[in-house]
Amino acid sequence: MSALNTYILRIADDSLILGQRLSELCGHGPAIEEDIALTNVALDLIGQATSLYEYAAEIQNGGKTSDDLAFLRLEHQYLNTLLVEQPNGDFGMTIVRQWLFDTFRLPFYEALQQSKDAQIAGIAEKALKETRYHWRHSSEWVIRLGDGTEESHYRVQEALNFLYKYVDELFYMDDIDKEMIEKGIGVDLESLRPAFNERLKHVLEASTLSMPAYEWKLKGGRVGRHTEHLGHILTELQYMQRAYPNLQW
Amino acid sequence: MVSSDFIWKLLDEVPDPEIPVLSVVDLGIVRSVNVIDEKNIAVVVTPTYSGCPAVKAIENSIREKLIESGFEPSITTSLSPAWNTDWITERGRERLKAYGIAPPVDEVDKNVLFADAPVVPCPRCNSSNTRMISQFGSTACKAHYQCNECLEPFDYFKCLK
Ligand SMILES: [Zn+2]
Repeated sequence: MSALNTYILRIADDSLILGQRLSELCGHGPAIEEDIALTNVALDLIGQATSLYEYAAEIQNGGKTSDDLAFLRLEHQYLNTLLVEQPNGDFGMTIVRQWLFDTFRLPFYEALQQSKDAQIAGIAEKALKETRYHWRHSSEWVIRLGDGTEESHYRVQEALNFLYKYVDELFYMDDIDKEMIEKGIGVDLESLRPAFNERLKHVLEASTLSMPAYEWKLKGGRVGRHTEHLGHILTELQYMQRAYPNLQW
Repeated sequence: MVSSDFIWKLLDEVPDPEIPVLSVVDLGIVRSVNVIDEKNIAVVVTPTYSGCPAVKAIENSIREKLIESGFEPSITTSLSPAWNTDWITERGRERLKAYGIAPPVDEVDKNVLFADAPVVPCPRCNSSNTRMISQFGSTACKAHYQCNECLEPFDYFKCLK
């Protein structure tokens, strides 16, 4: 598998798995407006994943379709970060997970728009417009809940404490990234940290939440080592294609 | 040979599947039409939102329209430049309003949290005394508003730039 292919799948898998997680809330949101908002975000993410899988299938040129990539890989072949596969938990957990992800995705897509790969740049340009809405939505909720009642503050702080160990993996880079950066296709994730930290700090202050004190970090998703949650997601995500192979809409 | 204007007119008869008062041309998603020869027509379309489920339906409708008019269409999707609401035609905006959906207005910087929601006139009574209920609505392209004067809840075709 080429570096470009792996690079695309890592971005696509983040979008797909988080999109799938949010889809679980369809019909189960805490209020009708939130139900609609979260499923709209899910739709955007799955749409972004579709564009990326189509491109990956095209450059693999091995007769695989975007559906094969989305639905027929094994657990260790998914390259999403551990953050996006974490369970929805309560609304605070769902929102904090989304906020951390959106805060990363904004500067990431801003930079990826400059990719020398025209297809990737085009997908990033489109996705960035959508991500701005997502980021505003999740950030405003973090502030409302953090600066809300004692109970809501407690819950989002707990969510942040739980999820914070997965944040660093968003900036994970290896030889794949190095090659993509050298070719002018990929983004140097290290260069995004200042923008990420500043956005994070701004919302944390407004929400009266505090940064978790621990240094513990977990990673592995980018090379296919996942938490116990991904397998469960895939049983649902892949059910139709496994039960009815080659099923078409 | 058939003119590209003729093809544009044909495509202007293809309705958007979710907002049928708009044609795919009104919506600004047909980016180019290229008449290759008597039969072969190349059309480039761009999606509104990445996950818009109407994209495939729109492609199929365009294909059907051209085939029933005796052409052999090839349709490709282009992502860049990304679709934005400035591409909705003036006539499209009027049709949206008449249909009860407030057309896009210029919005504030999306990097500002808790910014005031854009002032969107009510498509029923034209009052500017309206409020945003949710920045997400019944489809990816809409937000949910309510009029404080006539109390009508309405969809707002949100600004995407
Ligand atoms: Zn009104």
